[in-house]
Amino acid sequence: MAENYFEVLRPGINTTFQDNGRKNYYHIGIPFSGAMDHRNFVIANAISNNKKNSPVIEFALQGPKLRYKGDKVYFNVTGDVNFQILRKNKIEEGVCYQNLVLENNDCLDLISTNRSVYGYLSINASFKIDFYLDSCSVNTKAEIGANNGKILQKNQIIKIENITKKYSLNKLDYINSKIENIRVIKGPHFDYFSKTAKDLFFKEKFRITKLTDRMGIRLDGPKIENIKYTNIKSEGLVKGTIQITADGDPIVMLSDHGTIGGYPKIGVVISADYDKLVQIPPGSKVKFKEINLKDAETIYKLYEMETQNLISKTK
Amino acid sequence: MIKNISNLGDAALYCDFGNDVNREINLNVIQFFKNIKKSNIPGITNITPSYNKLIISFDLSITDFDKIKTEVEQLNFKTEIVEVGNLIKIPVCCDNDFALDIKRLEKLLNLEKEEIYKKFFSKKYYCYMTGFIAGMPFLGDLNDSLYARRLDTPRVKVPKNSIGLTEQFCNIYTFESPGGWNIIGKTPLDIFDNKNNTSPNLINPGDTISFFQISKSEFEKKYG
Repeated sequence: MAENYFEVLRPGINTTFQDNGRKNYYHIGIPFSGAMDHRNFVIANAISNNKKNSPVIEFALQGPKLRYKGDKVYFNVTGDVNFQILRKNKIEEGVCYQNLVLENNDCLDLISTNRSVYGYLSINASFKIDFYLDSCSVNTKAEIGANNGKILQKNQIIKIENITKKYSLNKLDYINSKIENIRVIKGPHFDYFSKTAKDLFFKEKFRITKLTDRMGIRLDGPKIENIKYTNIKSEGLVKGTIQITADGDPIVMLSDHGTIGGYPKIGVVISADYDKLVQIPPGSKVKFKEINLKDAETIYKLYEMETQNLISKTK
Repeated sequence: MIKNISNLGDAALYCDFGNDVNREINLNVIQFFKNIKKSNIPGITNITPSYNKLIISFDLSITDFDKIKTEVEQLNFKTEIVEVGNLIKIPVCCDNDFALDIKRLEKLLNLEKEEIYKKFFSKKYYCYMTGFIAGMPFLGDLNDSLYARRLDTPRVKVPKNSIGLTEQFCNIYTFESPGGWNIIGKTPLDIFDNKNNTSPNLINPGDTISFFQISKSEFEKKYG
């Protein structure tokens, strides 16, 4: 067949091409971006036997519905995703973490994520897409990355090329564990807040509001009282930074965050908990737990080992 | 010079150059930023200069806080202040269609529009940092008779390429974005070019900016 492609029958809520993101552009206002749940991103590529940093399709809550046209191709879905493959005369329930086949005219319906936010679609082939500053990652605010920096649109075509034949059909056993406790290292402005506020921050639960996207999470809970300055001179941010707004609400910076900000930083989510944090759906509650730097580093090493172990099981 | 280095989470260094906002401290930050960039320390993924802080992000699977801190402290030793940056000329059209807050400023500053523009265009501005949204430059310092507070209610959409003032600073909205700065005009230039795959930013930290006024017909010619 001359061309292989997906036709977008339903784009989903916030479906974008993502890879590992772009480095070294914070100083001109461009954040990392990249797949929100890094572990599920690398596992998707490992199952596809793709290079580590290959582009995938990331979707949030409701995924896209795609019709496939072309030579048979294998794909896999990672995350906690409810999906179906609509084949000629039959509907097949999807299984995550396993290579599955798509043939000409099959439809892949990525219906929803279960009690989580992000899912990933990787194919044993490459998407024919544009790169910007060494990454395909779509940043819709700066309008950069693949697909002209936009989310997937209804009726658009996604061309694919370089279909590979090397794959394993074993299912990877992996369950996305959910967490409620998010571990946090105190930030540089921790002492801007009253004693009561600091206690509340680590004792009470905060609800993830609907004002949550790839840029950040807005939380709702007890007001965190600032006793010094509610605004600081704007300074750099990193993903996972928890700022307290002038109204006393915490906001957590995520992968597409603004690169600088003027609210005090009460803490930063540890790297090992980031993938789990972004998967907590709006409406759920979280609790922050204080941890020191050394422990955070150790926990990250273990988390990385676990990821590497999962990758090795896909071979 | 760096006064203190601490950790920002487990994957970044927070270098504190003090609390003052002035060109001298900021030049220090930018010089240091350039030195670190040149040094190619393994594992560094981003360096973010701002008025008086420098944040260095790193990949925790390659390196860690102690290692990067040691390397950075050794560099700090060798830092010397050098004037940096280019001079960039930016045309601005101040037609009433673009100068959304000029009436508010006339009242707030107790100055006629002509005086406001005379004071604004007679100074060169220094770029302290770029960011928040891609390519947005934070420039200063304004003539002190132009210091104005932000809008009480921020605009939901500030038009792309608007020039805004607040306190001692001015900036350029590189994208349509929410914002609360006082808008005095618009430039026909794209300050951030998202089609340019090598250097999308027209203005970088440390550059000097000189604004000059153009008429609406000149603006429209340049704008296509």
